[in-house]
Amino acid sequence: MASYLTGLQLGLAEALAANEKVVVLGEDLVDPYGGAFKVTKGLSTHFPGRVISTPICEGGFTGVAVGMALRGFRPVVEIMFGDFLTLCADQIVNHMAKFPGMFNGQVKVPLVIRTPMGGGRGYGATHSQSLEKMFLGVPGIKVVAPSHLHAAGDILQYAILVDDDPVLFIENKLLYPLDQHTHVFMEQSAEIPGYPTVALRNFSSGQPDVTVISYGGMSREIVPMLEKLRSDELNVTAVFPSSLWPVPVETLVRYGAQCGRLVICEEGSAGFNWGSEVAVLLYDALRGNLLAPITRLAAASQAIPAARHLEKEVLVTAEKIENAIWELMS
Amino acid sequence: MEGSMLTSANNRQELLQNFFCEMFRIRVVEETLLDLFAQGAIGGTVHTCLGQEAVAVGVISALNRDTDIICSNHRGHGHFLAYCGDARGLVAEILGLPSGVCGGIGGSQHLQKKNFYSNGILGGMAPVAVGMAFAEKLKGSGAVVVQFMGDGAMAEGAVYEALNMASLWGLPIMFAVENNQYAQSTHWSAQHSGALEQRSEAFGVPVCDIDGNDVEVVYDTAQRLISEIRSECAPRLLFMRTYRLGPHSKGDDMRDPEELDYHVQREPLRRLREKLDQSWIKEVEPQMRQQVATLVADLRRGL
Repeated sequence: MASYLTGLQLGLAEALAANEKVVVLGEDLVDPYGGAFKVTKGLSTHFPGRVISTPICEGGFTGVAVGMALRGFRPVVEIMFGDFLTLCADQIVNHMAKFPGMFNGQVKVPLVIRTPMGGGRGYGATHSQSLEKMFLGVPGIKVVAPSHLHAAGDILQYAILVDDDPVLFIENKLLYPLDQHTHVFMEQSAEIPGYPTVALRNFSSGQPDVTVISYGGMSREIVPMLEKLRSDELNVTAVFPSSLWPVPVETLVRYGAQCGRLVICEEGSAGFNWGSEVAVLLYDALRGNLLAPITRLAAASQAIPAARHLEKEVLVTAEKIENAIWELMS
Repeated sequence: MEGSMLTSANNRQELLQNFFCEMFRIRVVEETLLDLFAQGAIGGTVHTCLGQEAVAVGVISALNRDTDIICSNHRGHGHFLAYCGDARGLVAEILGLPSGVCGGIGGSQHLQKKNFYSNGILGGMAPVAVGMAFAEKLKGSGAVVVQFMGDGAMAEGAVYEALNMASLWGLPIMFAVENNQYAQSTHWSAQHSGALEQRSEAFGVPVCDIDGNDVEVVYDTAQRLISEIRSECAPRLLFMRTYRLGPHSKGDDMRDPEELDYHVQREPLRRLREKLDQSWIKEVEPQMRQQVATLVADLRRGL
């Protein structure tokens, strides 16, 4: 069983092997270093000249990748820490996202920007955030964030080789070492081609008491929690879309309609976040069918502390999700 | 008039006549756009390059228009016309018509046709242009990318990231800097410290600092630099001193009339006229004015 990290490494290697127009750019990617989180390890050796270590100028080399994409390449950019996406914001919003639409469909920008987000490793306020919400809703881009229930490498390959739209591909630092989780009570839906939503339930038949909707690194907290709640005989379905934007609305509504109690949780900070949008979409579709207001969980709205014990207080944990679920049941 | 005629012109006088036609067409189209704006026929804003036509025509005439690539900015009508001569597509675009080069979606600042791309974010296209040069180098196409930017954009950090990468990776790109002396309303000397024209040398990108109002000088220098870029696969920077005769966009000009007058005496069309046969000019100018007027009238009548 491949880990999330190995899956991504293989996905990148297979994409490089499949299409010579694929190139990878980012900081410290070349061997022997192979990238800060080792996602590109070995690639520069196998694909010399196509895996390029850049200067430390995230905005600049993101722009370089946009230019390469406009001229027929399918570049992959690695941003070492997701927090540094702010440095690329102009290239993402005013260049990458704009060209196909404002040039009346005359050009394509098949570009993937991959970057790890998330805390839990004591990196502190500027290396632990989940900033993907800043790019959700930007017209012209997709924002994708596989959990460890997804075949992350396959999704990455699809984004690189098949998708002609620019994709922001969010990884999660704490998922890297985890094996891909599979289970018989797991199903997948393909509302958004290439970016499946995975649902895992902790019961064999019947309806869920509570449905949890989440994404990305939260799967690490939620999967073991489902096992625990199973022993408490609480039926829970956990739904993980890999596509954050666009939102797989029909799929989420279908799961939401299975029970009237919903918890939406995410690792990013509270306030104008993914869960707010999803909640509104579900309220619109499920009005009258909810047994309780939707519960939303997100990190506290503050700088993420470096000290592990303080960081835990700020971030969403399995314990906090479980408490929210029991509260919803009471 | 097709651009390829220019590069193949052997006769210097014929070359200058071609330059004049190209430059005069830019001037007339832009004056027409300002009129249309004043009439309320155009929304948004219009950034004109009045007085900078020698830069657009001199640089782009030194390129292979079939294969080379141009990245332009918010003041890009002149670059666009010098590149492809599609005045009809440009005016239609700015009038918001479906027959515009980008179907009316792009507008004045966001033009795309063949190998021409412009965007309205100052400095933002510099790294994009570097990426295009990288792509062409990897393809081995021999194409050169020209990245136009002004003195204003040279305050943006993205430009220095772009210069660094272009030089580090040995890419076929020419940074074409038009110092038109004003960033919106601010004189360049109030915005920049040190010597603007020397900055790229610190990145190992050689500079040519020239009079950007003399189209012959611009053309000859650009030709030399483009040929160096092609043979060495390394970047160059062409620093051109010119002057923006018009306002930044529309009706936002607060400059001293005396200063303007000084530069009107030195503007590129006036200087080129002095080198040409006056009777030829008298013949050609009204014809070109008429062409543009007809084109605009046709577009407005839905033809």
